Amino acid sequence: MKQYIWLIPLIPLLGVIFNGLFGRAFDKSTRSVGGLFACGTVLASFLMSLKAVVELSQMPEGARLIVNRVFPWIVAGNFEVWFSVALDPLSAVMILVVTGVGFLIHVYSLGYMSHDEGYTRFFAYLNLFMFSMLTLVLADSFLLLFVGWELVGLCSYLLIGFWLHKDSAANAGKKAFIVNRVGDFGVLCAMFAIFGVFGTLDFQKIIAMVEHNATVTPWFLGKALPVLDVLHTATPLFGITLITVICLALFLGATGKSAQIPLYVWLPDAMEGPTPVSALIHAATMVTAGVYMVCRTSVLFALAPQALMVVAIVGCATAIFSATIGVAQYDIKRVLAYSTVSQLGFMFLACGVGAYAVAVFHLATHAFFKALLFLGSGSVIHGMHEEQDMRHMGGLAGKMKITFATMLIGTLAIAGIPFFAGFFSKDEILWKAFSTPLGEQFGRTLWMVGTAAAFLTAFYMFRLIYMTFSGKPRWHEHTHPHESPLSMTGPLMILALFSIIGGWIGTPPAWPVWQNHSFYEWLHPMFSQAEHILTTMSLAHPHHIDHHAAHALETQLMWGSVVVALAGIAIATVFYFRTNRHEAVRRILAPVHFVLNRKYFVDEIYTWTIVEPGKWFSSLFLWKIADAGIIDGFVNALAGLTGAVGGVVRRIQTGVVLNYALVFVLGVIAILYFVVWSGV
Amino acid sequence: MNQLNLPILSLLIFSPLIGVLFILFCGRKSHTMIRNIAMASSLGTLVISCVILYTFKSHTSLMQFEENVPWIAQWGVNYHLGLDGISVLLVFLTALLTPICILSSWNYISKRVKEFHIFFLMLETAMLGAFLALDLVLFYVFWEAMLIPMYFIIGVWGGPRRIYAAIKFFLFTFVGSVFMLLAIMTLYFIHKDITGVASFDLMEISKIIVAPHLQMWLFAAFGLAFAIKVPMFPFHTWLPDAHVEAPTPGSVILAGVLLKMGTYGFMRFAMPLFPYAVMEYMPYISALAVIGIIYGALVAMVQPDMKKLVAYSSVSHLGFVMLGLFALNAQGVQGALLQMINHGFSTGALFLIVGMLYERRHTRMIADYGGIAKVTPMLFVFFLVVTLSSIGLPGLNGFVGEVLIMVGAWSNQFMDRSIYFTIAAATGVILAAIYMLWMFQRVMYGPVKNEKNQNLEDLSPREIAVLAPMILFIVWIGVYSQPFMKTMEASVRDFNVQIEARFKASLTVPKGVKAIVISAPQQQLPAEEKVTE
Repeated sequence: MKQYIWLIPLIPLLGVIFNGLFGRAFDKSTRSVGGLFACGTVLASFLMSLKAVVELSQMPEGARLIVNRVFPWIVAGNFEVWFSVALDPLSAVMILVVTGVGFLIHVYSLGYMSHDEGYTRFFAYLNLFMFSMLTLVLADSFLLLFVGWELVGLCSYLLIGFWLHKDSAANAGKKAFIVNRVGDFGVLCAMFAIFGVFGTLDFQKIIAMVEHNATVTPWFLGKALPVLDVLHTATPLFGITLITVICLALFLGATGKSAQIPLYVWLPDAMEGPTPVSALIHAATMVTAGVYMVCRTSVLFALAPQALMVVAIVGCATAIFSATIGVAQYDIKRVLAYSTVSQLGFMFLACGVGAYAVAVFHLATHAFFKALLFLGSGSVIHGMHEEQDMRHMGGLAGKMKITFATMLIGTLAIAGIPFFAGFFSKDEILWKAFSTPLGEQFGRTLWMVGTAAAFLTAFYMFRLIYMTFSGKPRWHEHTHPHESPLSMTGPLMILALFSIIGGWIGTPPAWPVWQNHSFYEWLHPMFSQAEHILTTMSLAHPHHIDHHAAHALETQLMWGSVVVALAGIAIATVFYFRTNRHEAVRRILAPVHFVLNRKYFVDEIYTWTIVEPGKWFSSLFLWKIADAGIIDGFVNALAGLTGAVGGVVRRIQTGVVLNYALVFVLGVIAILYFVVWSGV
Repeated sequence: MNQLNLPILSLLIFSPLIGVLFILFCGRKSHTMIRNIAMASSLGTLVISCVILYTFKSHTSLMQFEENVPWIAQWGVNYHLGLDGISVLLVFLTALLTPICILSSWNYISKRVKEFHIFFLMLETAMLGAFLALDLVLFYVFWEAMLIPMYFIIGVWGGPRRIYAAIKFFLFTFVGSVFMLLAIMTLYFIHKDITGVASFDLMEISKIIVAPHLQMWLFAAFGLAFAIKVPMFPFHTWLPDAHVEAPTPGSVILAGVLLKMGTYGFMRFAMPLFPYAVMEYMPYISALAVIGIIYGALVAMVQPDMKKLVAYSSVSHLGFVMLGLFALNAQGVQGALLQMINHGFSTGALFLIVGMLYERRHTRMIADYGGIAKVTPMLFVFFLVVTLSSIGLPGLNGFVGEVLIMVGAWSNQFMDRSIYFTIAAATGVILAAIYMLWMFQRVMYGPVKNEKNQNLEDLSPREIAVLAPMILFIVWIGVYSQPFMKTMEASVRDFNVQIEARFKASLTVPKGVKAIVISAPQQQLPAEEKVTE
């Protein structure tokens, strides 16, 4: 298996080819062949991933790395990038999550998309996504990661706009691609700078060079220096260090792909796509690519504590900001979308305080419960005949028992109730934020805001459950809700199982029973270097860690956050469970509700400060005034003038052109002759 | 004579004229016959170019398949042809695009079919000649010879404002070439003064280095001709008009090949001959290139006309090429050269697709379309791939070129603050996504608003045959660029080495001397094949 890691991303590509070429040849009765083929490729990929990860785990710790160099992709001068994949503990986690959750969502789509006329096209796109995402997480170099990075963006674009005839879908797809491109601009610049310093884009080489403080010849010096000195050179940008600038540029890319402030605006709109897409791409896998990239480059980020602080602040701010928006949304998928933005914020918060392994852990548990929640909402929407507004739902618990039960499990997981997967990861993030080496006051603030976001999460998620499943039905006439077929409920049940047990492989140190840290042990070699750099740094500013007191404090905080989650649930119960009390509150807080419901008007602000002025400037100033007016006006005036001189104004034809040119030639000859033969 | 023992370059250049000869004997009305002959002849040229590509030795930067015979002996004009890693892919691109254009004109050109194909094949001869000429006069002749058929292709088979566009095209290009002619003459006289040998041969003239202050003038004269052709901002305003009015095959060949004449001219003549001026002008040309990238993209964004949009996008793309070219390192120049080829495929294919839409609906206005994706699923796929290639999506050709260019430009050692130029250029990546995807959305997505779009026909087999080779190369270069990079590697390395060496030599020209003779330009000896495995 070790020589065939590259097959893992490639197999789903077969599905793309199969459905792309023959998809249109199938009719309604035979097209499930295409769907099954697509599922089969992902299953094969999953099984191969399992086999590969097992083999990886049998290797000695610290030497767990399998590299396949397949063929040279771009080579020019010393710029050399191969199509090369690497399996290490971090990418192992990622491929298992991607292929595992991906396979379940493929199966679910068999049922969900069964009536859609773009059935085979859908599976072709979905398989293309699997190929791209697996390329992203297995890439051995920045540039190949960027290939996956852009290709998942393409798949997102295609799948958001999957229903071609919907204008809103097309707009959302385009918005997603363009906003992501803004982030990609940052990644590109960071890559150029990294290549300019290191002379390579290979992750392994870069990390080794940092570790050994190798000598490099960066583009701006022209002489050799130790790499750490180069990275800590002050830049003209407010004097912050080069490595900080590089990391911030990388993080700009992460804010695009992983929907953080200020580039989060595309993700809520992305819900225009079919629900399995929202589950797979816009919740479980693609949007975590930014978190993955920060973790993959943890060593670089560790060298730039200022950048890390920005990551933590942005993550924390996004977590609370989008949670407040989620409170006031009525579209079931939009609530989940803002919740995804918020949870991604938690992951970045973890990255920012140097707790990379916890970020990856939350990434994995989130993949389970958020995919579950989205697929559950899809089951609701499917059963309600494409209704997404929760104001027209209610009382569905009895009609859709499996959907209700599984979604409740997912909700308990995301709300942070003990024993469920989300609890272990989220609680550890809050603790790591509290005890960050980046500063006591800083850590406390992050913890406070994070806890508030966790409270809101519990609140709006139970609001969703109550509005959807409890109380009296508020359905439209002729709606006959029904439970979904097994192909859809099956994946729900499996994901629910993982939402319960998934957290038990990484319990926090303060957890009283059944201690198990295998997840953190598995990832330890990936982040030990970054953690080492960070600890050395914090030793410079002694933090007086008393382990015994820390342990006690952690236990207190843990129970505190449980209380906070329960409080959120309690308040949701008071206002939403079989009652209309929330209507009264909404009336009292009407202005607040309006602002939250309209998402702080951020889209409108972007439209009127960037999009419209940009169009106006380009159209009126650049095109009509500069291009047609000044440049062309000058040319036409010149032509008109010569025409007048020649005495033929109306009949400008080649003859006149040639005359004009001839006069011109003679003039220029005279000038040049003067310059050349007399000027020397 | 060369590895084939054949004057194969002459054969290549003049093979289209054989087709012209046959067409001359055809009746005016026998359209099918004329088209078949033109097609056969251009395919023959393509076969010859494939033979050349196959026998081309990529490990050397020396001229290959050289032919050199005196033409106008008393003035030292030679019929000197040669091919190296800089021109080989451009020659192949020309030979490939011509049959594609002829095939695409099958329905589009219905009047004066005979004349059209005669002009088109003549144009091919002129383009191939310009890429292969190593004598300044010979180059100039081919350069001017391109102008005439193109002028007629726009002026006769063009849209409503074709006369205006054709004259504008002619005027712009001609003004530029007049300066070039002057510079050629000046160079000739300087060379004759210094060496006593009358020659227009590039190899001969490369043996002298002109004094720095003269280089500034001569480079400006050559550079103006080439900058207009590229076109660089602010000499670009002829391009949108020419493209909009030109018939589809004219637009394709204009964007695909003719624009490359400008960048090729910089590489072959202006930059190696005047390296001092290259260094001096570098910040200004880089700045204009970056302005072109951003300006072209912003103006493209607001165009209501698809062809104009693509035309302005060319200004943006060619800005990248110029930026890479003036980085003077392996990544920048190889990226620029690859991007010339890429632009030929991507933009050529875009014009073909716009032409196909035009044949169906007789409008190029974006607003007249919408929701076509459902009606024409095949067209949707082809259009999507080409759009993504133009945006520079990794895995397709545009990305490889753009990344190399920006990597090169970032670490340009000859210019301070080169990273600011690169950062500004990288915003072009965002803008490209905006203007292309916005156009693509307005044409392809949404409900079918216009009744007339309800029953559009999907691509015909002929149209698929036209687009398939373009898509093939778009994907091939994107996934596995090595074969293409290999052909240019040695020549580009030599190009960079020569420019740096000649720049240093320029500084040694004593004051009051017009030029000095340097020892024969050291062409790189055939190196061992570099093994990357």
